[in-house]
Amino acid sequence: MRLPCPLCGTRDRREFYYQGAAVALNRPAPDAGQEAWENYMHLRDNPAGRTRDLWMHEAGCGSWIVVERDTVTHEIFSAELIDAD
Amino acid sequence: MAELIAQSPCRDLLPVTHGTVTLSEVDPGNITSLSPFKGKAATLSDALNSAYGLRFPAPGRSTGKEGARCLWTGRHQAFLQGPEPVDSLKASAALTDQSDAWTVVSLEGADAEDVLARLVPIDLRAGVFKRGHTARTLCQHMTASITRTGANRFQIMVFRSMAATLCHELGEAMHMVAARAGRP
Amino acid sequence: MRIDGKAHGIDRSKPVSFRFDGVTHSGFQGDTLASALMGAGVRMLGRSFKYHRPRGVLTSGSEEPNALVTVRSGAQAEPNMRATIQEIYEGLEAKSQNRWPSLGFDLMAVNDLAAPFFGAGFYYKTFMWPKAFWEKLYEPLIRHAAGLGALPGGDNPDAYEKAYAFCDVLVVGSGPAGLMAALTAAKTGADVILCEEDSMLGGRLLSERETIDGMDAALWAAEIAGTLRAMDNVRIMTRTAVTGAYDQGVYGALERVSHHCAASQATLLECFWRITAQRTVLASGALERHIAFRDNDRPGVMMAGALRAYANRWGVAPGRSVAVFGNNDDAHRTARDLAKAGLNVAALIDSRPDAENLAGDVPFYPGYHVARAHGRTGLDAITLRAPHGGEDRIAVEALGVSGGWNPSVHLACHMNKRPIWNDTIAAFVAQDDMVPGMICAGAARGVFSTADCLKSGAEAGLEAARSAGYRGALPPLPQADDAVYNLRRLWAVDGPGRAWLDFQNDVTVKDIKQAAAENYRSVEHMKRYTTQGMATDQGKSSNVAALAILADVTGRDIPETGTTTFRPPYVPVSIAAMGAGAQAEGFAPQRFTTSHLASTQMGAPMIEAGLWYRPSYFPRDGEKTWRQSCDREVNMVRNAVGICDVSTLGKIDLQGPDVGAFLDFVYCNTFSTLKPGRVRYGLMLREDGYVMDDGTTARLSDGQWIMTTTTAAAGEVMKHLEWVYQAHCPQLDLRFISVTEQWAQFAIAGPEARALLNGLLDDKLDDEGFPFMACGDVSVMGIPARLFRISFSGEHAYELAIPSRYGDALFRILVARAEALGGGAYGMEALNVLRIEKGHITHSEIHGRTTAFDIGFGRMVSKKKDCIGQTMAARPGLVDEDREQLVGLRPVGAVKQLVAGGHLFAPEDAPIRENDQGYITSVGFSPSLGEMRALGFLKHGRSRHGQKVKMVDHMRGIETLCEVTDPVAFDREGGRLRG
Repeated sequence: MRLPCPLCGTRDRREFYYQGAAVALNRPAPDAGQEAWENYMHLRDNPAGRTRDLWMHEAGCGSWIVVERDTVTHEIFSAELIDAD
Repeated sequence: MAELIAQSPCRDLLPVTHGTVTLSEVDPGNITSLSPFKGKAATLSDALNSAYGLRFPAPGRSTGKEGARCLWTGRHQAFLQGPEPVDSLKASAALTDQSDAWTVVSLEGADAEDVLARLVPIDLRAGVFKRGHTARTLCQHMTASITRTGANRFQIMVFRSMAATLCHELGEAMHMVAARAGRP
Repeated sequence: MRIDGKAHGIDRSKPVSFRFDGVTHSGFQGDTLASALMGAGVRMLGRSFKYHRPRGVLTSGSEEPNALVTVRSGAQAEPNMRATIQEIYEGLEAKSQNRWPSLGFDLMAVNDLAAPFFGAGFYYKTFMWPKAFWEKLYEPLIRHAAGLGALPGGDNPDAYEKAYAFCDVLVVGSGPAGLMAALTAAKTGADVILCEEDSMLGGRLLSERETIDGMDAALWAAEIAGTLRAMDNVRIMTRTAVTGAYDQGVYGALERVSHHCAASQATLLECFWRITAQRTVLASGALERHIAFRDNDRPGVMMAGALRAYANRWGVAPGRSVAVFGNNDDAHRTARDLAKAGLNVAALIDSRPDAENLAGDVPFYPGYHVARAHGRTGLDAITLRAPHGGEDRIAVEALGVSGGWNPSVHLACHMNKRPIWNDTIAAFVAQDDMVPGMICAGAARGVFSTADCLKSGAEAGLEAARSAGYRGALPPLPQADDAVYNLRRLWAVDGPGRAWLDFQNDVTVKDIKQAAAENYRSVEHMKRYTTQGMATDQGKSSNVAALAILADVTGRDIPETGTTTFRPPYVPVSIAAMGAGAQAEGFAPQRFTTSHLASTQMGAPMIEAGLWYRPSYFPRDGEKTWRQSCDREVNMVRNAVGICDVSTLGKIDLQGPDVGAFLDFVYCNTFSTLKPGRVRYGLMLREDGYVMDDGTTARLSDGQWIMTTTTAAAGEVMKHLEWVYQAHCPQLDLRFISVTEQWAQFAIAGPEARALLNGLLDDKLDDEGFPFMACGDVSVMGIPARLFRISFSGEHAYELAIPSRYGDALFRILVARAEALGGGAYGMEALNVLRIEKGHITHSEIHGRTTAFDIGFGRMVSKKKDCIGQTMAARPGLVDEDREQLVGLRPVGAVKQLVAGGHLFAPEDAPIRENDQGYITSVGFSPSLGEMRALGFLKHGRSRHGQKVKMVDHMRGIETLCEVTDPVAFDREGGRLRG
């Protein structure tokens, strides 16, 4: 498996650390309430198909990226830095 | 009064030669990490240019040459290798001294690319990874910075504490590549 | 036997001698073990897996199910090597397998007589009852009886390696299609890797009598190989089988680097390649399949194409008198070539009544079948059945059988796509893009004539190069054979007795039918029930016939019945090759501190802390146990001064105007108020509210901070900081980087710490100028360094950081000076005791299930600001008084032992799970207090100081009555560290 790092180019998956669904980017406000926080922390879809998940190019540039890919075909559609900075 | 004696990471370990390839330790001089603060990338690049005549490198690239080189090493980060950092850089960037943090070696010889192909999971073909190109990647299990510094020469950097492992891994790979030469 | 005449695969001027089962034989350079033994007249090479039936060579390639042998000896012995691809070399030593005591006389062959009991599913039925017998009796019995070669048992002395390769176009296979694909792609300028599992390029061309552009086909192949070799952008990898297709153009390949070399030259045995290609041309050819009939497994019965290959390429045959049996035109070529080679072709039998003889002057039997093979350890005759039923017996020593050819679609199917059934050739074929970026060519896609393969290969090569971004044109196509391949399906010949499908796992036609009769109708179920296709050859010559028979008996067509799943690897791959480089020191990097050498010179045993190696203790003369050293080192620190290398703790440099705000967000307590020149302890939470890590952060100047992490969590914290910054607050202006390795850092702890430093630093310290939790730049013998007044031991202590190049020198000086003051170096054991005495936590306590509340730091979680983990840490369940809370424990009964992992119970309660009240996380003998001390977690612990609990270690049978104490057991007021 190879992932396209926006900074380093396409690299072997062993350079990356896998985190989980990109939902983790949408951190609720501290006072958003218990349900919002429980959902944010624990509720995840498990799609057979397109998914957006978080990887870190740990052995590379150190960027966190959102990868959009298909869990069935393993096709990768895009990879973007989580901060456009 | 006793004196504090400096030691290099690969003392007693290098140089070694197997087949066509030689692995030797490099004294890179000063290594300074440069991380431009928000919106200061251009200012930093100008400061580098007036101090050393080189620019802040794009991802995967190095600027300058032997003696004063600037190596891209990650997000918003490059290493200035060689000269002491001038004060004018500090206004636009976070600087840290990394001179003692790295094992810096040079792998040179006709089969150097083949040796690295045993350990490094990136495309190092000469037409793809050209002189001056640099990458943060793995060297076996170690995170590394790898730069092509010549047609058959690479600079490899890993953490200082991993000097012995780096020399072991590269030595094994050099040995394997050399072993192929003797077959019928 | 050897055949005279042309055989371009061997060099008759170079004889090579080798041994098989202790007998010396001679072959020629270029021979495989199979061809050389055939030349030497050896027909029987092994015995089958289940029934121990005599077996000979079936094929001429890596798909061989029968001729598995053990090569080399001693610890280097390699079992299950296929004789059909094992090249011979001077002194090669091989042994047959799966026989006892000898190949000719095998006691286990009695299984064959008991065959009626060993049919499909016999394991499942026979050994079901009584249950206890399975483990004790049946399984050992089966394991002894079954199996292939045995491992030698010793450590493998051979070297293996792994490597990466990259190309624009990967070509798999070097037959006519592969050669043309590689040549065409290479001429566009694309980087090409051509993988061929054989030792030479050419594929089937090496085994045929035909011409290309008027040249002998094998010579044409050699010429193209030469052209390719001369091109800089082509990398030819022979003896390399592509084993698997993976995501994003990654392929696995096994290179047999020196299986063809004498052991002395074989310093590197195998290489496992990971090849990344933009595009791939699959030119893997086709594998011939059998026709099942009674006793069709006798040595001497072979694939027709293999029989032809042995004659044409290696100049050998299993006997003088041969027959050929097939259902297709290609079988006729075998008869033709064997006759041309001077063998007596006794019969060409074609099951098609309307077939025409394409083999020339040989006895031809259209519409006939072979009903049975005769001869136990080697074929001596066949029974021919006429179209109307009459039978005749013909004496032959070899029989070539062809049930048609199966395109090698394996790699195309590795990403879960299914091959397409082609009715004309009665076989599954591969299509383009079944694996993204893979183009199929030649026989793999069902194109069989040489002319069509050349064309298909050239087109695929061009298409691959073009889609990889190169431009070019089709080369002129060579003139070659364009014979049409006609076939009429025939899978098995009816009749009594056993007709074999899967030779390696001894599966017969009857087994398949029985599986179907017992309703194992799914091809996947049939496979598991009968074990068809499950051996090392993965059913390469039997799968299609087996599922065709299953389709037939279940009344379905073949596409409906479907195939089993194709999974990597295509050929067996040794674990040694897969794991190459990761043995011994290659398993993980070793991280050594700058004091490592000095510590080992002092005799300190090292313990692993993550990847780091740290000294356990520093033994001195007269000390017989680690405890003696540890106690002395603790006392040293408490009474004089100790030196400990703490460089392994993570050190992160943070700079910028917004560092304070960032630290407020990642730590649960406040940092923005910290003044330059001061240090503060910080606690970091995970977003779910549990503790992640702790450490101190120093503010060196207004804009520069140094965070320390625990040794264990250094990498995790760095990743976490990057996450928090990039995901949640990228607007903040700061930069951070690890400086762990830049600084060698030493703890100097004990009442004499300042005295020691004042003899070393260029400027003297005093308590006012450098109080507890101060930090600043200092100069050590002229070298700029950093000093932090922090303490993990509870003593008046400092940590001195110096650029790593001076680490070794400074450590030696510090230890010498400490020793002069009655102290010395201390290791991890003493460090642990010191911190347990002080109730300081480590990852034994913050192990992922404890909260700030649990460890007594609940009030540190600031309510004035948001931080990672704040919201979730406030959940009622995480601040419930009923939770297990950090306490200290001391033994107060007759038993004085405390054990980490021991559980806590009320003294009157039975020590069962329902009564569990907590557990112990850390223990140590405190020389300062003269007794064992522990840290642990206990329900309502903070309100139970002074009460009794009992610790029970169920594993070791230890029960200790304890008193609950404050976690801080020594110097609770902290007067010592401020002294």
